[in-house]
Amino acid sequence: MKIFEVLKKYDIKPEELNTFTTRREAFRKLTSFGKSVAFAAIPAGVLAASTQTASAAHIPTVLEVLNFALTLEYLEGEYYTTGINTPGLIPAGKDLAIFKTIEKHEVDHVAFLKKAIESYGGTPVSKPTFDFGAGGLLNPFIDYQQFLILAQAFEDTGVRAYKGQAGRLIEEDDVLTAALQIHSVEARHASEVRRLRGLKGWITQAERGAGLPAQTQGVYNGEDNLMQGGVNVTTVTSIGADGITESFDEPLTMQEVLTIAGLFIVS
Amino acid sequence: MLKPNLSEEITSGLDLQKGNRRSFLKFTGASIATTGILFSGCQEIIDILPKQPIIPSPSQDVNLGAGDTGILNYAYVLEQLEAAFYMMAVANPYSGMSQTEKVLLEDLRNHEVVHRDFLKAALGTNAIINLTFNFSSVNFSNRASVLSTAKTFEDLGVAAYNGAGQLFESADLLLIAGKIVSVEGRHAAAIRSIFDTDPTSFAGDDVIDENGLDRAFTPAKVLEAAAPFIKNKIIATQLPTPQS
Repeated sequence: MKIFEVLKKYDIKPEELNTFTTRREAFRKLTSFGKSVAFAAIPAGVLAASTQTASAAHIPTVLEVLNFALTLEYLEGEYYTTGINTPGLIPAGKDLAIFKTIEKHEVDHVAFLKKAIESYGGTPVSKPTFDFGAGGLLNPFIDYQQFLILAQAFEDTGVRAYKGQAGRLIEEDDVLTAALQIHSVEARHASEVRRLRGLKGWITQAERGAGLPAQTQGVYNGEDNLMQGGVNVTTVTSIGADGITESFDEPLTMQEVLTIAGLFIVS
Repeated sequence: MLKPNLSEEITSGLDLQKGNRRSFLKFTGASIATTGILFSGCQEIIDILPKQPIIPSPSQDVNLGAGDTGILNYAYVLEQLEAAFYMMAVANPYSGMSQTEKVLLEDLRNHEVVHRDFLKAALGTNAIINLTFNFSSVNFSNRASVLSTAKTFEDLGVAAYNGAGQLFESADLLLIAGKIVSVEGRHAAAIRSIFDTDPTSFAGDDVIDENGLDRAFTPAKVLEAAAPFIKNKIIATQLPTPQS
């Protein structure tokens, strides 16, 4: 699949790893936590020492995750930009205000992730060519209900995608935090779109919800998990299985996400 | 380093000659203040966490502990708070509560109870005690009071988990926190959507910045915001701090 080749383009030269500390500082400047969290009561000497000894070996992984995230944000961004600019598609008023807000966030995420990738010395992947009709399966820019259906699938996928990559960012605190900060925004979007469709904001069992075609079931498979951290949650709470599955969102692997996204990527 | 309350608790335990506590002290065989216990699974020496209260007290000080255990206990504080709040809100429905709102609040109660019960089980003997709460600032018969408090708690929960992610050593625990935080984000959007008149509030500019990022708070900031609702004093001095 094309997208896997695209993701290989984040090459980083060995000599650039020496400037790792500078890279990290450059990334910090993109975010607000450079101003808030960094001034914790840590003596300056300790701070300098810990930065100097930091390893850059994980940076290729960080760049892979960021380019993966960028690909998803391109998809969401173009989807909503097209939607809000299609006359007569989204009802004026509440619905349009909601989708303009979601669109703005996805476009902001694209810009942020590009800057983040560049700050670490990587090259942002270019935007794929999308086909949101998935080869004739859907007509999201003609039929508003289909637009909502696909929006739900994209947002619920986005939540699972970021979650699945969090562990791979564990060595790079600021990037991890930024990814979590995007992740919860995707969750807010998912909740809102689901509720617009008359569903609950959360996922019960592995149900995709009324209206979603069977082709989207991959977005929801595994959401019925009852085992968390080796604990069978049904044995430690009085709440039933539906409530338990609603209480935990499950991750997807990069490959699972790219298989879903691949339905909408032409090249 | 021995906190006065902990000292008092241990002395009382000795006086009462409670079997568990005595044998534990025998086992450590030394000054309790300088002793650690092995945290199973982590191979890590951590400082002593308060065990079950020996003298029941409504406002016992609570030390969250260190490392990943401390972060999980921190999450457990917030989930206990949210669960207690929604249990009150569901048990004392405000006048004019719509069916939609009733179902929503019941769902939120169920989810927070699941989070609470799960964290307690995951922490095992390292879990902090059941906290006592002060909801005197909430008027449970008033819709705006209940929903605005819910909004505060959900947004705070999101910011708390977002800020705590980088403090975990274990990728497995980070993933579990990730599984919970997105549900808190879904809650926050839903509460905002039914309570606020601005249709963009579900992810409003008051919580999402110019990069499209949600908030991330340090434990200190979160616990300060939560403190008015918690009768126990929460001691978080051993928690990991953000690295730079």
